Amino acid sequence: MSLPDRKETEVRLLLRQSVHPVVPPDLALRAAVAGERLLRRRRALLALVWAVLLFLACGAAVWLSIAQPWSAAPETTPTVGW
Amino acid sequence: MSRGRRRQAQRHAREFDAFVAGAGRRLLHAAVLLTGEPPARAPAAERLLVSALARTYADWARLRGDDPYEHTRQELAARFARQRRRHRRAEGGVLSRLPPQERLVVVLRHGEGVAEEQAAAGLGLPPERVRALCERGMAAALSRPREPVGGAA
Repeated sequence: MSLPDRKETEVRLLLRQSVHPVVPPDLALRAAVAGERLLRRRRALLALVWAVLLFLACGAAVWLSIAQPWSAAPETTPTVGW
Repeated sequence: MSRGRRRQAQRHAREFDAFVAGAGRRLLHAAVLLTGEPPARAPAAERLLVSALARTYADWARLRGDDPYEHTRQELAARFARQRRRHRRAEGGVLSRLPPQERLVVVLRHGEGVAEEQAAAGLGLPPERVRALCERGMAAALSRPREPVGGAA
């Protein structure tokens, strides 16, 4: 066995033989509660993005219906008498 | 629709519980090696693992074919890498004398058996850097006296 191999094996053994901690019984519950909070926050952010988009779309529709920018601009310069 | 969604959420919660029951011990061991706390009392490792698992819980529906264990380990490593300044002073455990980044690489490579390229990609480091950190970390871990380390040097 080469030297680096032996070192790797020793380190693996050292890590594997180190004392395993006791898993707290409420680990999954704590993670699930925090995960639910994360999901709620994500959903709220998504709802906010949709609300902003909807607001912008409504605003644009109202402005378009009032200003009607597609209709020709009125003539402003008098063309007679000059 | 909402009933179907609720049922799906319940199924995901059950699957998540089963996953934590199976993988919790190994993941917590990795977290404790990372934070360098004594295994008997490791609040920082628990916090680290809970936040990584919370992310896995939230992403459960999107995981599809992906391995939740790998997802959690990746999140654990990324989180530890972000907060590594906080873990500079370790109080116990086999790797407590190593700087946090060396600890992280040694745990990923030899505690978890992650390939060098994969570890490098996950940490956003070049593979040569990962190899160097791992070599240094291994040397330090093996030169460590076997009895628990006393006060700070």
